Amino acid sequence: MIRVRKAGLSDTIQDSGRIGYQQFGVIQSGTMDSNSSRIANLLVGNEEGEAVLEMALIGPILLFEERMLIALCGGEFAPEIDGVSVPMWKPIVVKENSVLKMGTATRGCRLVMAVGGGFDLPQVLGSHSTYLKAGFGGFNGRSLLKGDLLSVNKPNETSKIIDKQALDCKTTPFSTTRWSVAKQLRPFVGKSYIIRVLPGRQKNLFTHQTQKDFLSSVFTLGSESDRMGYRLHGPKLQLSEPKELLSEAVTFGTVQVPSNGQPIVLMADHQTTGGYPKIAQVISADLSMLAQVKPGDSIRFEEVSLHTAQQLLMQIERTIRELRKGIELQQYNGGIQ
Amino acid sequence: MEFIISPLGDQAAHLEFGRPFHEETEKKIRTVTTVLDEQCPAWVIEYIPSYTSVTIFYDIHFFKKEALPYEAVRLEVERLFNHLEPMELNDRRKVRIPVLYGGESGPDLQEVATLNGLTVDEVIDIHTSSVYTVQMVGFSPGFPFLVGMSPRITAPRRMNPRLRIPPRSVGIAGGQTGIYPIETPGGWQLIGQTPIELFLPNETPPSLLRAGDQLEFFSITKEQYDAYREGDV
Repeated sequence: MIRVRKAGLSDTIQDSGRIGYQQFGVIQSGTMDSNSSRIANLLVGNEEGEAVLEMALIGPILLFEERMLIALCGGEFAPEIDGVSVPMWKPIVVKENSVLKMGTATRGCRLVMAVGGGFDLPQVLGSHSTYLKAGFGGFNGRSLLKGDLLSVNKPNETSKIIDKQALDCKTTPFSTTRWSVAKQLRPFVGKSYIIRVLPGRQKNLFTHQTQKDFLSSVFTLGSESDRMGYRLHGPKLQLSEPKELLSEAVTFGTVQVPSNGQPIVLMADHQTTGGYPKIAQVISADLSMLAQVKPGDSIRFEEVSLHTAQQLLMQIERTIRELRKGIELQQYNGGIQ
Repeated sequence: MEFIISPLGDQAAHLEFGRPFHEETEKKIRTVTTVLDEQCPAWVIEYIPSYTSVTIFYDIHFFKKEALPYEAVRLEVERLFNHLEPMELNDRRKVRIPVLYGGESGPDLQEVATLNGLTVDEVIDIHTSSVYTVQMVGFSPGFPFLVGMSPRITAPRRMNPRLRIPPRSVGIAGGQTGIYPIETPGGWQLIGQTPIELFLPNETPPSLLRAGDQLEFFSITKEQYDAYREGDV
């Protein structure tokens, strides 16, 4: 069991999302930074889409009541176990009765923790993801609170093998493997981001100046941003003429512009449909990076072709597949490098 | 059957079928969603119908050998739907929704009446005498966008949206009427509340209503409302 000693700002259980119910108005939810979540799961021997604990900006303090295999991936936090700094991007065996303090985001915004075996929670509509607004899924449909107890499933065979590879160390209150995830697999985190987009379905409804401004200006992420949407501050984006649109499907990464002219990028908890004009669509390959932008950071948009967007997405899939193979290989080699 | 297809991002295709509030458009949409329900191709993840469109989310892995997966999806979509004739909409599901109008359940009913120069009872009569069509479900789980409301009871959205609308509230915004299945913020004028749950998280599908359904409202008393809530009806 994991006991929450102190809650963070927003600690929710998320998996790869609630798929198949958007036509009934049920949002997908799911993890914001899917690359980090998939990698964290692979590091503890889980399936890529297993539920993880997603934390934002200020992490919680957790007490591990039993020995457990975990991995921390995502933005740069400064996690510590019993006061000793814990490396991210590698499997960690936490000893019984250790206290893990996640710390706060130094660069990036979101941290995920995967546990070997996954969290033992009921599924709602085929998913463990927390749907905060409707209050279901994940852990009681809400963010974690002080005193909550999270149970974890029995680790599978892969988890056990990874656990065995972790080398005992007398100087740290945890053990870890020699290997970790290569730097190029980790998301970029910084202060200013270049996010690639495709033209939105209503791009041509905007003035020429606005279409130009959108791709040449720097936008700042507003503090009122959350898992549902990122509110950006920048030049006012204007339609050529006022136009009422009927609602139609939107998706993760859709950039829509309400009447105040300040764009909103729809994130993992976005509604299924929307009626604001869409000026752009963030490419799927950059969504994990976008999830790491924190309030105050700046964003510039760069337009790419659909061909580029789809090739980049498939490149990510190949990279993660290679990582999965690499981890499997480590097991066959008994962890010796 | 004709439609315009365009990409929504790099993992969805948007099929546009024509003018809104037109039976021909709706027939085409139902034809496509019926095919997707009955013989869903493996590369389709899910779809979202709207007033004039169906957006199909696809799994790019099925087309990983293609230089441009979207192009392969476009060809597949055309192969699936181009030869079809729009289906007739004869056997729509009919759903009757009981509503407790006014009072605490419908705090804006008087406002809607005043705005339209009607009495409260006239608003209820008009609201219960139309047959509505569910055009789409969205905004929140199970929330139906209905068409068919009489223009005699229109009302603008509230200047200050409510932060919390009680679940199952029935509202009016402009020329539309709808039902809020769960507690959410919202700006619609609230005229009543139904005892019936619209979002059913433990059932398949998880929504009482789906696009294409025909819906009628009927007025109930507080006693009947309570009986519904207690499961006696």
